[in-house]
Amino acid sequence: MGITTNEIQRVASLAKLRVEQSDVGELSSQLSKVLDLVNQLAEVDTDGVEPMVHAFELSNVLAIDHALASLPRGEVLMNAPSHDEECFRVPPVMG
Amino acid sequence: MSDSASTNSPLAYRIVIGLEVHVQLKTETKLFCRCSTRFGQSPNTQVCPVCLGLPGSLPVLNLHAIELAARAGEALHCELASFTKWDRKNYFYPDLPKGYQTSQFDLPICVGGYLDIPIRVPSDNAADAATLSENMVKRIRLVRAHLEEDAGKSMHDERAGRADTRIDLNRAGTPLLEIVSEPDLSSAEEAKDYLTELRLIMVYLGISDGNMQEGSLRADANVNLHIERDGKTIPTPIVEIKNLNSFRSVERAIDYEVERQYREFLRTGLAMGQSPKQTRGWDDVLGQTDLQREKEEAADYRYFPCPDLVPVQLTEQQREAAKHESQFTPDRYRNVLLHTHAVKETDAEILIQQGRDVVDYFLEMVRAGATPKRASAWMLQDVLRHLNDQRVPIDRYPIAAPKLAELLMAIEQGKVDTSQAKQALAKILDDPSIGVAAAIESLGIVRVDVSEMETLCRELLAENPDVVDKVKAGNTKAVAALVGQAKKRNRNADPRVLQEICLKMIASM
Repeated sequence: MGITTNEIQRVASLAKLRVEQSDVGELSSQLSKVLDLVNQLAEVDTDGVEPMVHAFELSNVLAIDHALASLPRGEVLMNAPSHDEECFRVPPVMG
Repeated sequence: MSDSASTNSPLAYRIVIGLEVHVQLKTETKLFCRCSTRFGQSPNTQVCPVCLGLPGSLPVLNLHAIELAARAGEALHCELASFTKWDRKNYFYPDLPKGYQTSQFDLPICVGGYLDIPIRVPSDNAADAATLSENMVKRIRLVRAHLEEDAGKSMHDERAGRADTRIDLNRAGTPLLEIVSEPDLSSAEEAKDYLTELRLIMVYLGISDGNMQEGSLRADANVNLHIERDGKTIPTPIVEIKNLNSFRSVERAIDYEVERQYREFLRTGLAMGQSPKQTRGWDDVLGQTDLQREKEEAADYRYFPCPDLVPVQLTEQQREAAKHESQFTPDRYRNVLLHTHAVKETDAEILIQQGRDVVDYFLEMVRAGATPKRASAWMLQDVLRHLNDQRVPIDRYPIAAPKLAELLMAIEQGKVDTSQAKQALAKILDDPSIGVAAAIESLGIVRVDVSEMETLCRELLAENPDVVDKVKAGNTKAVAALVGQAKKRNRNADPRVLQEICLKMIASM
């Protein structure tokens, strides 16, 4: 199953990745192979099989609505590339 | 009117609106962690590894959020799903640390349902158009209501020389119920009515605090026009307007967008499908919508089931509780005021819009013995005015409902007249510790005994034969002319008792 150059650029833009034009050909063949691998699943006969929504047959894992302590702000911000002691700082975003 | 519109005759069109409303649920903690949801705290102080999407952290669903969503579903006549699950909606934005929003895609907690709004009579006359016709409702169908988490807050730093965006994640993970309507709304006023009633239901049932200033209710509107041209109905491209966080902005944005789409259609002739869906943001200051981005297709979000969260199956007990807790809707209170207590429709609506506590105060007065008519009049004229002036909620009104009822009953029993009762009310408001009887007494009102009143009446009738003649001729109201004279002789004379005695005496003359 082929994946087109346009699709590569589209997926890259959704993932906010910059892809050089020279890499598109190789990425396209690599991603096509990944898709082919996964597509083997389509060969399995699933008629009459209920779709599975979760790996565990478990439901209703719930917590009581009582507040617990949050992290100290110093720890919240400690791994951020940029912050001002109060907020994370990121390159300007519009709208 | 634009030039192109005035050169051609204007085209008829119908407005088609669907609303997506995000209601912030009134929980103490977030949807998937136990950080507090309290508004207005210092930035990034209500944040934990789950909010930050740190590796190894696992979300645990808030039970109360499920209960509130189920309550809302019952109140909106939805079908509560027997099985509901969580999906990841993937997109990249700095206020969403995980790179996805946990939401519900194909199995939402509430399906279908409806909300009734008053019918507005269409008319060319603006005054008529705003009139609500009595007891008529328009049913707005709902598509669904699902739970999801809120994102953080982005703030543009306005300090000189800094062009960064600052991110506060306190709000990230706050539970939202997104309620999606069918495109059944056909005017900006209807959209406002829908939002007003929806907010009222959420507040009455304790599902949300409904605080618009704090963003507890935010709407997106999907708007387009069905334009009639050459015997065909042509739909214009759908525009989603974001960022509507007041009733007024909803109305203004839709009115603006209707105008804009009509002009755009005259200019380009483009119909739905001929240009991509647009997302436009409402600018409240400039009063216009601005193009944000071409709307991404649903598939772009690459929804898939969230492996970190197991599904939810509502228990029978939870369903019963939701049904029970969803009973006390504004509409139910409306019925009690209008039909059990015969409160005037406009008065009833004012009380209803004030909230459940205010209506409960009124009902408590009536239970304590006040007549509904007098109780509602005093609520509107005195209690609400006081709350407004002092900017306090009803639970901070200094006088309890039974005590105010006692004062109103004193009027009923002829112990005081209305103006004396208002003076007594002022005294009690000055010093809420004094009782009704003491307040009345402090006004120097002494109950005049009956024989004293009879003597007074006899004198007045003897001096005013013209009044006697008028009453005998059938004009019983003429007796009111004696009240002023009576008050001059005895300021404690109750006008009602006085008139009663006079009428009786004249009748037996």
